[in-house]
Amino acid sequence: MLEIAIPIAFVFISIAFVLSTIRLIKGPSVPDRILALDTLYINSIALLVLLGIHLESALYFESALLIALMGFVGTIALSKYLLRGDIVE
Amino acid sequence: MFESIVAILIVVGAIFTLIGSIGLYKLPDFYMRLHGPTKASTLGVGSILIASAIYFSSKTDSVSTHEILITVFLFITAPVSAHLMAKAALHIKIKEKDSTN
Amino acid sequence: MLKRIFPHPILTVVLLIVWLFLNNTIATGHIVLGLVLAILIPWLTSAYWPERNCIKKPFTLLKFLLLVLWDILVANLKVAVLILGKRANLKPGFITIELDVKTPLGISVLANVISLTPGTVSCDLSMDRQSLLVHALHIEDAQQIIDEIKQRYEKPIIEVFTAC
Repeated sequence: MLEIAIPIAFVFISIAFVLSTIRLIKGPSVPDRILALDTLYINSIALLVLLGIHLESALYFESALLIALMGFVGTIALSKYLLRGDIVE
Repeated sequence: MFESIVAILIVVGAIFTLIGSIGLYKLPDFYMRLHGPTKASTLGVGSILIASAIYFSSKTDSVSTHEILITVFLFITAPVSAHLMAKAALHIKIKEKDSTN
Repeated sequence: MLKRIFPHPILTVVLLIVWLFLNNTIATGHIVLGLVLAILIPWLTSAYWPERNCIKKPFTLLKFLLLVLWDILVANLKVAVLILGKRANLKPGFITIELDVKTPLGISVLANVISLTPGTVSCDLSMDRQSLLVHALHIEDAQQIIDEIKQRYEKPIIEVFTAC
């Protein structure tokens, strides 16, 4: 069952990646691009975890955790930059 | 038994992740686009992470709990980043239903 | 004295649980190390957390968490239908909600819950913390959405998160 489910999920998430990337390129405004980046990092967590299940390795968890932490900080920093024109106050 | 639960969770999670990105792609203005990724993608990734936790718990003897931690983290941070992005968009005065492209 | 060593008892417990989850074990060594971290971190950072928060009625909190989890599932199905459906049928718009919660923690929990549940994202809090600007994906009746948020989420939050 997993042999069917994992490729299907890979395809779906790859399409999600493409759609987010199109939004990232198209814009039209800066918050749209930040949102697209935010979606991209969430999708990449899904892809990494799936890869971990596929390869039966728990190693990918660490990178998924790091992406979750850094992605959140990055989104906050970019939004703060738009709000204040400065990241560190 | 465990394998079919994992398979269902993975497919459902992938579908929700895809729906989040479809929302991001096709909805007409920024504030509407905000809805897709904050809800659907978060639930989708959460479901895939829980599938991974169940998979590794059934595979090995020890219980795998750290995936649940990422899920909780995502569920706490997704609304916060959505709120800040919306605030930034309001601040630079992005209009509703204007930017259709 | 006890308050100086444990400035935030809830934070201590949460940190210990997070540490054990992160390491995937309940070995004695990790419990000791986790306890040391869980006591040291709140103590060292207590200057940044001036106000104390109490959780009253833990049972109501548990019921509230289960309700929110259930609503997240239902909300996602609803939003999925809205996103995949025809875009012309959507009537998005902003709603202002007058807040009854006064504590900062209560307001942030309410804002997060609003963002995670049916078709609404919290966008901005007014400077005086009196009202919350919410964007809804589909508005049929604005008053109904406000009433639902107030009934379902704000009431238990007021009961649980009170200043002490």
